[in-house]
Amino acid sequence: MATGRTARWYVLWALASLSLAGVLGDRLLDKTADRTVFLPGPMTHGHHSIELACGACHVEPFGGGPVLQEACMNCHGAELKRVDDSHPKSKFTDPRNADRVARLDAQHCVTCHVEHRLEITGPMGVTLPGDFCVTCHAKIGEERETHAGLGFDTCASGGCHNFHDNRALYEDFLLEHVGEPVLRPVPRLPARDFGSRWRTDHPKPPAIVPGHAGPAVVVKDWLETAHARAGVQCDDCHAAGNKPWSDALDHRACAGCHETQVEGFLASKHGMRLPQNLPPMTPALARLPMQTDAAPRELGCTSCHAAHRFDTRHAAAEACLGCHADSHSLAYKDSKHFGLWTAELAGDAPAETGLSCAGCHLPREREDTGDERRVHVAHNQNDFLRPNEKMIRPVCLHCHGLGFALDALADTDLVESNFQRLPAIHIESIDMALRRAEADRARRAGEIPTGRSH
Amino acid sequence: MIHPQSHPAVFAVLLLGTLGLSACGKEQAAAPAGPGEAKTLSAKTMADSLYAVMASDRTVYTRLIVNRLQNEEKIIKASEHWKDEKALPLPAQMFRFGAEMVAEKNAPFSYSLQSLWPVNRQNAPKTEAEKTGLQYVVDNKGQNYYAEETLGEKKYFTAVYADMAVAPACVTCHNGHKDSPKTDFQLGDVMGGVVIRIPI
Repeated sequence: MATGRTARWYVLWALASLSLAGVLGDRLLDKTADRTVFLPGPMTHGHHSIELACGACHVEPFGGGPVLQEACMNCHGAELKRVDDSHPKSKFTDPRNADRVARLDAQHCVTCHVEHRLEITGPMGVTLPGDFCVTCHAKIGEERETHAGLGFDTCASGGCHNFHDNRALYEDFLLEHVGEPVLRPVPRLPARDFGSRWRTDHPKPPAIVPGHAGPAVVVKDWLETAHARAGVQCDDCHAAGNKPWSDALDHRACAGCHETQVEGFLASKHGMRLPQNLPPMTPALARLPMQTDAAPRELGCTSCHAAHRFDTRHAAAEACLGCHADSHSLAYKDSKHFGLWTAELAGDAPAETGLSCAGCHLPREREDTGDERRVHVAHNQNDFLRPNEKMIRPVCLHCHGLGFALDALADTDLVESNFQRLPAIHIESIDMALRRAEADRARRAGEIPTGRSH
Repeated sequence: MIHPQSHPAVFAVLLLGTLGLSACGKEQAAAPAGPGEAKTLSAKTMADSLYAVMASDRTVYTRLIVNRLQNEEKIIKASEHWKDEKALPLPAQMFRFGAEMVAEKNAPFSYSLQSLWPVNRQNAPKTEAEKTGLQYVVDNKGQNYYAEETLGEKKYFTAVYADMAVAPACVTCHNGHKDSPKTDFQLGDVMGGVVIRIPI
């Protein structure tokens, strides 16, 4: 009797397991199903909006470290190359660093950036204890007098060092910018040149076709845009490539002419859900504070560049403030930056002297493609956001001296208040570089005994 | 021994190295491959051949590009911060970039430029073989150093070759750099060494 009852329990257990496996398996294979149940933990701020696209990182069902690494590099590799990553993988594959790799395997992104572990995730998505620099640089205090006695937690504190991007922090760069004023004599952003390049390439734009059908307001808006002046007609967007007319356009319609901007958008927090075949990002999905009424707004090109005006000035500030409601954003209209922006919009100040949200967060990038040099608006704000020293070169230095920028970005309260006062703290990077340069000069002049070996 | 079939990339590089040797002729020669070595190569032969290519390219870049354009014709300077300053990469950087690219390709060998007087302290010798080898090539001019060592539970054939100051640009740059522990290099001095590692 007992054996029969046990057998029935086994059958029941097997059936229950199979049923559960069936339900879960179906949900796993159905890309439209809610896969939240499979998340082993909440994801980082960088990835949470694509957390249900498991395949974005787990590109193979049973892929291990190398497969994950490939996924990381698929999205972040180009940026690491662009910023001259200070710690590329190749630095750690050298066998001479095998002892270091045994202590900290910096060959793989996930060594420092573990996903699904939000409870141990710190700034920049780092999941290691804060003393990881010591693994390789424990003797820096002995090698550099300026670094003697500095705590392990000061390496990456504002304005000193970053693990990846140090383009605005290396010693000779600091020295090159010694003594710069808070504000440059002519503070001004680089001018965008998409329009001028277009006009050069298309000296005789097609004539505007009169009598366009469609709502008068749409035609009026379009007639007032650079699109109309450049001869971009309705069909060029709504029936591009001789396809049937469509009213429902998305970023693909814009990419025909604005490929670089669309690429950036699709890599950004605003657009990164789209390449994963997820519905568009909405403020409701964001973790940052957002305006309540904006919650259901789906993000695409026209959510900032409203059709058919495509007003870049609206897109540069008011569009941002229509959604973002964090304290930094809310304080913008009380800032000097906003004052400059309104003066430019009113025609009371020269072009490119105002500073909108986009002026900092979607910076004007100078790019040399080999065929041409151009200035375009970077649409992937992730590339310039954190650590915020990444903004120094493409943003701050257009208007401010390096020393001021380092201090300002390190003052978190100042950032929060949108720079409504002078920095309250001072970063010593430039001072240290100066002290070392002076010590070198004195050594060469024979004022200090040389420590040279032979 | 290195088998061409199991290490095609290395073998290809080695063939190129052999061609390079034939073309240059003046660089320190690697051991010539005899008839019996057509299918298998010793780690030493492979290292010597790789070095022949590296040394030739390095010398060509230093003399024909950097020294000519910077010091002789004064057209463009070479700078550690070549990208910011629209300048030529330094010869040591050129060498390192090549080593990094090789590493990215997962080639079954690695190489680096090191010195007893490094501008960047990370390029000081770390392992016993590196320390001994770099001192050896300084003390025994014209000779190479070979050893076997175990790193990270893997065994390597390690070769160290002297890196000489082949052009005035080498000397002036190192002597003038504030991070250089040695400021009296002269043309022809051994300034460091190329370390090549091959897993065995």
